[in-house]
Amino acid sequence: MNGADSRNSDKGKRDFLKYVLGGGLLAWVGSVFYPLFAYLKPPKQAEVEVSSVKVGKLSEIEKDSGTIVRFGNKPVILVRTASGEMRAFSATCTHLDCTVQYQKDMGVIWCACHNGKYDLNGRNVSGPPPRPLDEFKVILQGEEVSISKNA
Amino acid sequence: MTKLWIKLYRWVNERVHLEDLVEFLGKKYVPVHSHSVWYYFGGVSLFLFIIQVVTGILLLLYYKGSEQLAFESIQFIMSKVEFGWLIRSIHSWAANLFVLSAMIHMFSVYFTKAYRNPREMTWLTGMLMFFLALGFGFSGYLLPWNELAFFATKVGTDIAGVLPIIGEPIMIFLRGGEEVTGATLSRFFGFHVAVLPGIFTVLLGIHLILVQRQGMSEPIDVENSPTAERKAMPFFPNFLLRDLLFWLLVLNLLAILAVFFPWELGKKADLFAPAPAGIRPEWYFMFMFQTLKYIPAQLWIVDGEVFGIMAFGIAGLLWTLVPFWDRKSSRGEKNLLITYSGMFAVMYIIILTILGWRS
Repeated sequence: MNGADSRNSDKGKRDFLKYVLGGGLLAWVGSVFYPLFAYLKPPKQAEVEVSSVKVGKLSEIEKDSGTIVRFGNKPVILVRTASGEMRAFSATCTHLDCTVQYQKDMGVIWCACHNGKYDLNGRNVSGPPPRPLDEFKVILQGEEVSISKNA
Repeated sequence: MTKLWIKLYRWVNERVHLEDLVEFLGKKYVPVHSHSVWYYFGGVSLFLFIIQVVTGILLLLYYKGSEQLAFESIQFIMSKVEFGWLIRSIHSWAANLFVLSAMIHMFSVYFTKAYRNPREMTWLTGMLMFFLALGFGFSGYLLPWNELAFFATKVGTDIAGVLPIIGEPIMIFLRGGEEVTGATLSRFFGFHVAVLPGIFTVLLGIHLILVQRQGMSEPIDVENSPTAERKAMPFFPNFLLRDLLFWLLVLNLLAILAVFFPWELGKKADLFAPAPAGIRPEWYFMFMFQTLKYIPAQLWIVDGEVFGIMAFGIAGLLWTLVPFWDRKSSRGEKNLLITYSGMFAVMYIIILTILGWRS
């Protein structure tokens, strides 16, 4: 073996060690941080899939009023217009997630957080909301009022 | 008595050479000029931070960080625990004064360009602490679990979620789920009493060591004036005593505010109630909140809110990195662009804050 050969084989050994140790280090870093990051991510809670919710009797819902109804873990607003028509929308403002309310004097659905307004068809008519409110179906079975998903 | 102190000093000195420190303190001078008053606000911020640590630990003795108990535990602190109302009121007031004092400190450093070479690291650690202070404010605001806090947190975390790509995972990480719930409260509690104080203390240590090591910065025109005209006072005891006097004044102010304007608790958060009218964030977030109200839903092709948040993000980043792009000040020259943009920022914040309060 001449000098150049032995230098080459030294370099080969060094490279080998570099990869083994470097790879080991990477694997170590990964095995420490993966569990940490995975821990930070909250687990998906099993949600009860709700498709419809009973609200109550029609006679108990005043005309020209709005109520927040618990739909699974989301709020839904049920509006009864002055003419007695019933409509339901997601009560989560499409702007920044606040819960909206019915405003009698203006006849609109209003979000107090950033003064967003929706008309009684759920359309965003003024202020910062970028999209209309998602609509829900109102079902009347005799006197019973219930709300269900639109799809 | 005096003998005992001298003995103790000697005992420690033999082991760690305290005389070096005493000599250092004796040689430390603080420049005196027409803008010297701003030097006190760093110290005042430090004092208020200490108050927050002490009152925070006291509140921890009774506070319960859960959806069912948080609001009630603060009611308990305020109505049953002796002087509980005082401790909680001081904690809330000192939090606000702390942000105010840190703001004054930051703007005074900005306008006197004290961030210039060689003090870039002091500015950076200071800015990071300022952002942490806002984080303290935001996370602490939720802990009473009242109506206002609940919606402020919904909006604040939703804003983080608006950012492209990273927004959604950040929002879920902050909320501990898709929605603001008791899980969010647990996380914010952890951030507020462990994560943020830990990081803050490290940064504060670096910040203070840098200030000691490099001494106080002088405004550019003072620095350029002939040596004979430059004045200074010894740090020990002259400046330190003035500092302490200032702290005493702040403590008095705090006591007055806490006693005569006790902090309200409001109504317990209801996850299924509409956002109450007149909802607003803490005053130091008001200018951003108000801006979001004015930006239309759609700006050209971007969402209005995305635009607003990105604009504030970029402005904040430029502000934080000012020592690195303001080369003129580092050379000891006047930089009017910096002064004017700073004045614009101050005016913008003041005007939008007033508009927010009036609406």
